[in-house]
Amino acid sequence: MSENTISEGGMSVAEKNSPRANSLADHPLVQLTLVRFYEFIREPEALFWVFAFPILLAAGLGIAFRNRPPEVLRIAAVTPELTQSLRQEKLLEVQQLDSAAGQEALRTGKVALLAAPGANGTVEYRFDDTNPEGRAARLLADAAIQRAAGRIDPVATTDKFVRELGSRYIDFLIPGLLGMNLMGSAIWSLGFAMVDARRKKLLKRLVASPMPRAYYLLSFLLSRILLLVVEVGVLVGFGAALFHVPVRGSLLDLAALCLLASLSFSALGLLLASRARTIEAASGLMNLVMMPMWIASGVFFSSQKFPDIMQPFIKWLPLTAVIDALRANMLQGANLTQIAPQVGIISFWLVICFALALKIFRWR
Amino acid sequence: MPEIASQSALLVRELRKSYKDVIAVDGLNLEVQAGECFGLLGPNGAGKTTTVEICEGLTEPDSGEVVVLGLRWNSSAAQLRQRLGIQLQDTQLSEKLTVYETVRLFRSFFRQGEGASAVIARVQLEEKQNSRVGDLSGGQKQRLALACALVGDPDFLFLDEPTTGLDPQARRQPWELIEEFKKSGRTILLTTHYMDEAERLCDRVAIMDHGKVIALGTPRELIASTCAEQMLEFTAGSASCALDLQALRRIEGVREIRTENGAVLMQVTQLHTSVPALLAELTRQNVPLTELRTHSATLEDVFVTLTGRHLRDE
Repeated sequence: MSENTISEGGMSVAEKNSPRANSLADHPLVQLTLVRFYEFIREPEALFWVFAFPILLAAGLGIAFRNRPPEVLRIAAVTPELTQSLRQEKLLEVQQLDSAAGQEALRTGKVALLAAPGANGTVEYRFDDTNPEGRAARLLADAAIQRAAGRIDPVATTDKFVRELGSRYIDFLIPGLLGMNLMGSAIWSLGFAMVDARRKKLLKRLVASPMPRAYYLLSFLLSRILLLVVEVGVLVGFGAALFHVPVRGSLLDLAALCLLASLSFSALGLLLASRARTIEAASGLMNLVMMPMWIASGVFFSSQKFPDIMQPFIKWLPLTAVIDALRANMLQGANLTQIAPQVGIISFWLVICFALALKIFRWR
Repeated sequence: MPEIASQSALLVRELRKSYKDVIAVDGLNLEVQAGECFGLLGPNGAGKTTTVEICEGLTEPDSGEVVVLGLRWNSSAAQLRQRLGIQLQDTQLSEKLTVYETVRLFRSFFRQGEGASAVIARVQLEEKQNSRVGDLSGGQKQRLALACALVGDPDFLFLDEPTTGLDPQARRQPWELIEEFKKSGRTILLTTHYMDEAERLCDRVAIMDHGKVIALGTPRELIASTCAEQMLEFTAGSASCALDLQALRRIEGVREIRTENGAVLMQVTQLHTSVPALLAELTRQNVPLTELRTHSATLEDVFVTLTGRHLRDE
């Protein structure tokens, strides 16, 4: 037999003819995890979806919702007098239009409010009361007109502006995207790899060997950890560097939280891929499960927007718990005790999904 | 529990397995001695793979008994897994891993065995050990699969169609590896539908059809059991002057006659009497002979004689 030296990797000499595998690197769980990791990083598409996609998304949304100077509301007035009075208010941009053009501009949303003279010297405001801009314009316009007509405010007031990091949309968005990314990458990478192994009968071949089955499933969860460091680091680092998104809680807590979240989503992915024989069946199931969470769990907007009757359900979704906990950590600086309810929900899903997956998993 | 013959590596009794409406294994009995290379020969759908996978502990039988190396699957699975080397019919190993990574992974599952590099050298893939599995040829993939089966230094090797889909040249290397393993005195159960593979490698062969063993013995015995060791194949006559097959049956030493694609196949006991008799008969019928060939009977002929079908029909 030839001399077994490997130039690349250089790990073969020691293990040559060893009667027993006893170094840590030869442990089946280590080998299975390494192999999962290699498989993942050798898939360029997966790398894109896991790393580049969330950054592109955050960059795009960050630009769209970047902090602008205080917004100026566009309104229209029908008479020169009204226009003159309204222009006293700096937060209003007033244009003078005739009645028909003004109504047209209001209808198409070019202006938030149309001021027109009513009967007997009154002023009529036309605006959509369900639109916050319309209501704000109404308040500003009325104050400007009353003041121009000689109203004196009985109480003198001053304004002090507080613009704090951590309450902007991008601050809200980065933890949301982080949660979404933890879920997506865990479920997709794990689900597809597993169904592929089943389809190619690789799973059956592994089961025909003395491989401990729980190690196989565990290796998928562990290989996620290796990638997690990069995944979380890239997104949080990106948010901090470009948008100064704060991380007010302890980094260790944040790491622990991401780890728990990733394990929990991996277990969910395992469960979703536990029976499917085809990629199509698995991806249908994965989308079915992830879609409601993308919408309801507060990635892009607060989950509080959903009716009260749905709140208990939404609160129990794993992604809601993860995102709430991430926001509490990053934006409010909460420690693990303060987010114990969310941690409890995430752990609940981890245990239930892993146990169920192990039970119903189709090994061939 | 019944006594188990000490030297049998595999004992299968009254094994049954059906899927929905298909009976895959129908009361199968087998005994493989320690140290022999035993072949399961049969066409696709004969139940070979189901039988092997039940023996490998991958499929649960409906009924019957399987004892491997004196152990049973329901009580000693972990122990058995360590001692068996298994190659499945069409496993696709992960294409993104290298040969070395793949073998090392499988090595990590076994308590004993050589290092990954040594096993790779054994199947002559040293030059490919840093290549991705996806870049290997069909023959190299099969050798890698064999390496994964051999990596735990098994006492019993299960090979399910180890050379199917390979060209004749590429089939030789696995054969040599299997022969080498056999020389070390360990046991092999092999399925194939290539009769030359079975004849070359197997000490004994069971021919399977419809989930049953229809013949069992050494390749020589099986060929001899059809009572005809020689085959005569010829083409004669045409549409205008048809051949009278009935007359040919009366020739002494002719066991069976059948026609195939316009050619006539005769099983005969002795060529030296049958050939002159055939030529004389053709002359008498005044039918021109266009082609004449003879060969020794093979397991294929045995199968055709037993079932009337070819191994690779359909």
